[in-house]
Amino acid sequence: MNKHLLSINDVSAEDIVRILDVAESFREVGTRVIKKVPALRGRTVVNLFYENSTRTRISFELAAKRLSADVINFTTSGTSVAKGESLKDTALTLQAMGADAIVIRHSSSGAPYTLTRWVRGSVLNAGDGTHEHPTQALLDLYTIREKLGRFEGLRVAICGDVLHSRVARSLSFALVKMGADVTLVGPPTLIPPDAPAWGVQVSFDMDEVLPKLDVCYMLRVQRERQRQQYVPSVREYARLFGLTRERVAMLPEGALIMHPGPMNRGVEIDSDVADLPQAVMEEQVTNGIAIRMSLLYLLLGGGGPEEAGHDA
Amino acid sequence: MPERTAFIGARVVDPVSGRDEVADVLVEGSVVADVGRDVSAAGATRLDCHGLVLAPGLVDLHAHLREPGREDAETVETGSRAAAAGGFTAVAAMANTDPVADTPAVVEEVRSLAARAGICDVFPVGAITRGLAGEEMAAIGEMAAIGVRLFSDDGHCVPAARVLRNALQYAKAFDVVIAEHCEDPSLAEGGQMHEGYHSYTLGLPGKPAESEEIIVFRDLALARLTGGRLHLQHLSAGGSVELLRWAKAAGVRVTAEVTPHHLVFLDEDLVTYDTNFKVNPPLRSPGDREALRAALADGTIDAIATDHAPHAVEDKEAEFDQAPPGTIGLETALAAVLTHLVEPGLLSLSRAIEALSTAPARILGSSEHGGPIEPGRPANLVVFDPSADWIVEPPFVSRSRNSAFLGRTLRGKVLHTVLRGRLVVADGKAQR
Repeated sequence: MNKHLLSINDVSAEDIVRILDVAESFREVGTRVIKKVPALRGRTVVNLFYENSTRTRISFELAAKRLSADVINFTTSGTSVAKGESLKDTALTLQAMGADAIVIRHSSSGAPYTLTRWVRGSVLNAGDGTHEHPTQALLDLYTIREKLGRFEGLRVAICGDVLHSRVARSLSFALVKMGADVTLVGPPTLIPPDAPAWGVQVSFDMDEVLPKLDVCYMLRVQRERQRQQYVPSVREYARLFGLTRERVAMLPEGALIMHPGPMNRGVEIDSDVADLPQAVMEEQVTNGIAIRMSLLYLLLGGGGPEEAGHDA
Repeated sequence: MPERTAFIGARVVDPVSGRDEVADVLVEGSVVADVGRDVSAAGATRLDCHGLVLAPGLVDLHAHLREPGREDAETVETGSRAAAAGGFTAVAAMANTDPVADTPAVVEEVRSLAARAGICDVFPVGAITRGLAGEEMAAIGEMAAIGVRLFSDDGHCVPAARVLRNALQYAKAFDVVIAEHCEDPSLAEGGQMHEGYHSYTLGLPGKPAESEEIIVFRDLALARLTGGRLHLQHLSAGGSVELLRWAKAAGVRVTAEVTPHHLVFLDEDLVTYDTNFKVNPPLRSPGDREALRAALADGTIDAIATDHAPHAVEDKEAEFDQAPPGTIGLETALAAVLTHLVEPGLLSLSRAIEALSTAPARILGSSEHGGPIEPGRPANLVVFDPSADWIVEPPFVSRSRNSAFLGRTLRGKVLHTVLRGRLVVADGKAQR
């Protein structure tokens, strides 16, 4: 494992399996009455969130706390950052306070890379601009493995605004690495023209892709993109690329429906589709905590879950 | 008796006369007194130049000296020193200062600052439009009247074709040059790097090569329409080169420049989000770089210009999309060209000197710079060691340190820079 988790491309297929395996052992902790192990006692984890993201921040916070780490939440409103402090000065401050790991969410692509220049601790990318969201990809992989038992040859479609999606990047890179067969689906304006060089296929026709899938992964529509005229209207987008009841019927039996949340019900996914049993969004969230425990544990410390001290 | 300095045994490379041979050069007062074998150097300070190259002082068509306005990043004096350290004896200072150089007053201010420093000839560039706003023409005639030869809104292009057309046409009265930063604003808006595989993978908004090529074509068409003199700044895209080739063949009055960083680096160098590689126009694909190198070698692109763009540390050490574009370049231009183009045989030394000195001097309309190295001519010269390796690292002579070449080893070191007979840099050290 590298010291930092900046991009899923920094992680080998072997390490991905290791991260998932360690997460597996940690997930059991979440089912106990006392949901805590002493693995990172005395270590400090800082959540540095430049973008609002309640669910990712809480997931990281819970993960760190269940490992007994001290957790500091550093959000941008009402802090020195709001007063105009630079990323560098914030980083140097956190460094001076002895942060062992910094979990960063930032609207600028590459901000986690920039942060590594000024801190000695591990940097975990919790989503940077339109670049990557590697922990989301890992929790998605965990969920897929748990439900379908494999990656090799698995047919996965990632549907929506791939161009601006950090989730789509990380997940594509991770799935390709694990041997899955990935197709990006969306309007041509929202699929990078060079995407095939990532090792994926591209389709502009959702209905053609759906009958051949094991996993249909829906991306969130970012309504603010509308004014840049990538699509004529949200309504037209929903008609062409939304996961409706009718489209779900085209999926093979047993295919999973996934979404990183938060969902726009009625836009990229119909409300009743989101509540179907094959839609596994809640499992994704639950698994997110275990994955983040695994990552914090592996980056900050130990050799394996056996040493984590599973005291009850 | 005026001071005499003899440069003994240098390889004298003078693109104007075509001279490329080992010779002595005697400088007397501010002029070259003699060139040849065994010149009479009696009473002269003798500088042993065996193994070194002596050439006309370098001329930069494109530097940002930041004064007035951002003296924390660079001043006319520190920029002049950086230029001299890099072998330049003349530098064109871009107009995007604060206030903008769109009137004779700012031009005069920059000139007097340069004269006071006295280290390098500074040619202030005038703005094409008032406040660089792209709407109303700046005082082109008044600035031309006090000797401004080059006009540019560098930082962005003149967005309205009609405005540029008028500027090109109007400038004909003074035979001055309209220099364009070619970039379609609506296509390039928000772009952080070259659009392509790497921008998609890094999740950074891209500027397609076409954002430059479209404006290159528009500007060439307007130059053809008006008969005005057009100069294309810092070309970055292969398609621009093709258009330029076509326009030159068609007799359009156009010249062009390319920067050392576009000749050396690629979009893939951005993979760690190092803001020193964030430049405008962006570093592009291997194919683009190849086209630029070929066009420079065959003369389609006339000149190498640094686009020296100093930025304060706190501005550049920021999130990638928040950092301003630009790299400093005056101190590394010659070595970068020698290391990456001349050494591998992509460019002859003589053509390199022509592109770094003779051609830009001609575009600037300066008869004092760029050679020839002949008796009676102003002694504006550079002497460099073509085989000395050095590592690019702070401290820089420039007030800023945002160099794309940071940490790289380059071959070729400036030892002496001579401005009108005076050693402003000697043995690689600035002279007071």
